[in-house]
Amino acid sequence: MIFDGVDIDIPRGKITAIMGPSGTGKTTLLRLIGGQLRPQAGRVLVDGQDVHALRRRELYDLRKRMGMLFQSGALLTDINVFDNVAFPLREHTRLSEVMIRDLVLMKLEAVGLRGARDMSPSELSGGMARRVALARAIALDPMMIMYDEPFTGLDPISKGAVVELIHKINEALGVTSIIVSHDVQETASISDYIYVLSGGKVVGQGAPQNLMNSDSEWVRQFMQGLPDGPVPFHYPAPDYAEDLLAGQG
Amino acid sequence: MTGGLARLGRAALSFFERLGRGHLFLLQILAGVPGLLLRPRLVIQQLYSVGVLSLVIIVVSGLFVGMVLGLQGYNTLADFGAAESLGVMVALSLVRELGPVVTALLFGGRAGSALTAEIGLMKATEQLSGMEMMAVDPLRRVIAPRFAAGVIAMPLLAAIFSAIGVVGGYFVGVGLLGVDEGAFWSQMQARVDLYDDVMNGVIKSVAFGFVASWIAVYEGYDAVPTSEGVSRATTRTVVHTALAVLGLDFVLTALMFGE
Amino acid sequence: MKQSTTTEIMVGVFVALGFAALFMLAMKVSNISALNDQDGYEVQVYFENAGGLKVRSPVTVAGVRVGRVAAIGFDDQLFEAVVTLKLNPGVKLPADSSASIFTSGLLGEQYVALEPGGAETNLKEGDRITLSQSALILEQVIGRVLFSKASEGVSK
Repeated sequence: MIFDGVDIDIPRGKITAIMGPSGTGKTTLLRLIGGQLRPQAGRVLVDGQDVHALRRRELYDLRKRMGMLFQSGALLTDINVFDNVAFPLREHTRLSEVMIRDLVLMKLEAVGLRGARDMSPSELSGGMARRVALARAIALDPMMIMYDEPFTGLDPISKGAVVELIHKINEALGVTSIIVSHDVQETASISDYIYVLSGGKVVGQGAPQNLMNSDSEWVRQFMQGLPDGPVPFHYPAPDYAEDLLAGQG
Repeated sequence: MTGGLARLGRAALSFFERLGRGHLFLLQILAGVPGLLLRPRLVIQQLYSVGVLSLVIIVVSGLFVGMVLGLQGYNTLADFGAAESLGVMVALSLVRELGPVVTALLFGGRAGSALTAEIGLMKATEQLSGMEMMAVDPLRRVIAPRFAAGVIAMPLLAAIFSAIGVVGGYFVGVGLLGVDEGAFWSQMQARVDLYDDVMNGVIKSVAFGFVASWIAVYEGYDAVPTSEGVSRATTRTVVHTALAVLGLDFVLTALMFGE
Repeated sequence: MKQSTTTEIMVGVFVALGFAALFMLAMKVSNISALNDQDGYEVQVYFENAGGLKVRSPVTVAGVRVGRVAAIGFDDQLFEAVVTLKLNPGVKLPADSSASIFTSGLLGEQYVALEPGGAETNLKEGDRITLSQSALILEQVIGRVLFSKASEGVSK
């Protein structure tokens, strides 16, 4: 069992963050929302629709209104940046190539990579790849965007750019944003509301400021990044002295 | 003892489970194939990587296999004073057996493994997942065109292999060993039948193309999404394609030429 | 855009090559004339022994291929082999022609050779060729030779 009685509300037009240590199933949660995984029990409602009660066609229609930014970017490696951003447009609309070109350039401009349109995904740095993926995620003007670990593995400059972009896109387009992350600083700086998950349960929730000073020792340890606390620094092991002596046998 | 039995049972169960998943997977791909008629471009792109890029290895192998058949056949047939039948022997061996089978083996090694690796990597780098979230079904957009291209390319490659092989046999037999040119072609034409030999060879190559492409895309789609998993899946594609093609060849040959 | 047109051209070349190869296999390697065997008329011949004759074996007149064996059956009244020959439409043969089973070369395949007769009327669909000579069975020939040699020895 990955989740146990998790009840999360994601308000429209706000940035909601879901945080927690690695391996708590944050990404699984996004896949549940996107309908890629099916829960054994419980429901996921998106815009009033039960994602897992939908038929295939309806689910696909719903997904057109969701954007998702994968940790790796998930750009298609056999086509260039321009075609990657154009991909959802070409698949789902009957727009002319001229229109598509305008739209793609607009989206690329928004992420500051209009000049990189002819590059292939393998030539992009991690931060650029993520920004292209973001341009692709907003190509169909979705109502919500899910960010899977958007800050992981980026240098500080790229990280700052992504933080700024998420914030700007949320404000400018009014999209509902869900950030799944364990990068406390960056996430806290832009989220309106944070849920902290651990062991399949919601252990803390609230605005970023309140969480920093949470009553729960665990949440405080996580939010402040303390090495020792309720989550011990040492992995459970037999007594140190005894263990050393045992080797002398 | 019971441990061994249990392991055998587990292996059998997982084998049948994979087999079942493979068949369901096949049904899903086949459901996506008619939609490709509306978007032939997708298939054309894949025909390039599956067919055109396999052309060199097929042509070179076909030439050499034909030449070897010419040499070996001549030595054996000359003992019986039947060197004029060289054309028949070369053509029948190629059209009935070696063309479809060797092409399928090379296809598995060249195109099949590439397909598996490509699809496996797309899975490992979340490209398939990403497509799904963009409301694009990867089975229809990615897998079905590759499968269809494989099925289309195989018989063409096999025909090219056989034709080049006959030419190779001709070079060695007529050019090098001095078999009479007229006898080479006329005996061949008299004994090779359009339906029994050529058509059956084509049917074989279509069947092999179907199985080889199926294995390749399935292994890629089913691969464990890590670099190790993809490399294992690629190996499995080559091995399974070889086994499936050779086994299927026996069954088809028994059905077609067994009488 | 330019790149995708090159792809298309290459694929076009590939497909053309494939069909050219198929065409060559059909025209140059195999007997494309078999295609025309659909038309024509059928006649029947009874043989005491059909030997190693097979369906699709050639039928010749004066060494020229004029048709093929369409079916080989067994008549349980006469206890003879019934061989149905399919002759090409243009082939006109007298009604009293005779048929023999020969072997091409010592180890070659067997075929039906027709010997034209002298009748006014020609063979037509469903006719029966009455004069026939069975296949030469090697064992019988050897047996006959041995037998005659043996009887020569006795008479001496």
